[in-house]
Amino acid sequence: MTIDFAAFTPASAFGGGMLIGLAAALLILLNGRIAGISGILGGLLRPGPGETGWRIAFLVGMVMAPIGWALVATLPAIDIDASYPVLIAAGLIVGISTRYGGGCTSGHGVCGLSRLSPRSLVATLAFMASGFATVFLIRHVLGG
Amino acid sequence: MSRLTLSALVSGLIFGLGLLVSGLGNPAKVLAFLDLAGAWDPSLALVMGGAILVGLIAFQLAARRQRSVLDEPIRLPTRRDIDRRLVLGSLGFGVGWGLAGFCPGPAVMAIGAGEARAVVFVLAMLAGMGVFELIERQR
Repeated sequence: MTIDFAAFTPASAFGGGMLIGLAAALLILLNGRIAGISGILGGLLRPGPGETGWRIAFLVGMVMAPIGWALVATLPAIDIDASYPVLIAAGLIVGISTRYGGGCTSGHGVCGLSRLSPRSLVATLAFMASGFATVFLIRHVLGG
Repeated sequence: MSRLTLSALVSGLIFGLGLLVSGLGNPAKVLAFLDLAGAWDPSLALVMGGAILVGLIAFQLAARRQRSVLDEPIRLPTRRDIDRRLVLGSLGFGVGWGLAGFCPGPAVMAIGAGEARAVVFVLAMLAGMGVFELIERQR
């Protein structure tokens, strides 16, 4: 393992992480809801009374973040190297499997680990492991 | 706009800003984190650390309350069993995450940055979630 110190950004990573934690804190303490993005999206496809407005508002807020940022400063890099077919395959896989697994990086990784949930710990270890394995296969075995 | 709508909007906004500041919103940086055998960028471990540090306090407070500050019921998951759906679903999610470097949050956020590729990913993801709903309804 070689650490790429030139790319390592500990301060902004930790500070940005605290912002993500703050957002999750606000949503649970004010709205009583978990800031899990796959659950927020998935719930829109299974609408219940009083369960649509806050979801839309949260998603609109997320989309507004880069729009507002761009008004005052240059946006940080968002480099998406995957081709369209790969993006479609990845999106389908992420959509179906986050619903089966009951969460993603935010719901299990941030909120679940913060709640010390054993289910979320297992989920996080599982998606980290398969994420590492997938990138290893693509970059070092298949030579993508 | 109701107070609940406003608080969800502000929470989403801060979440999106956190993704931008932290680098988690950048698929190339996510893949550099997932590439343990390459030139490894450990930054994202610190994103999780920062988020969980704040989250630990918030969810401790939330667990002691029945209703939120804005008088909504606090909905915390109660399941503790480890089942096959949890494990296989999460393993599958990691594969999709590793393919493109996108998980659901950053992909939604990047739509606001005008990224056509993020729009395509999110549409495919919604289609995947729709497939899940169809399968569930047939069970």
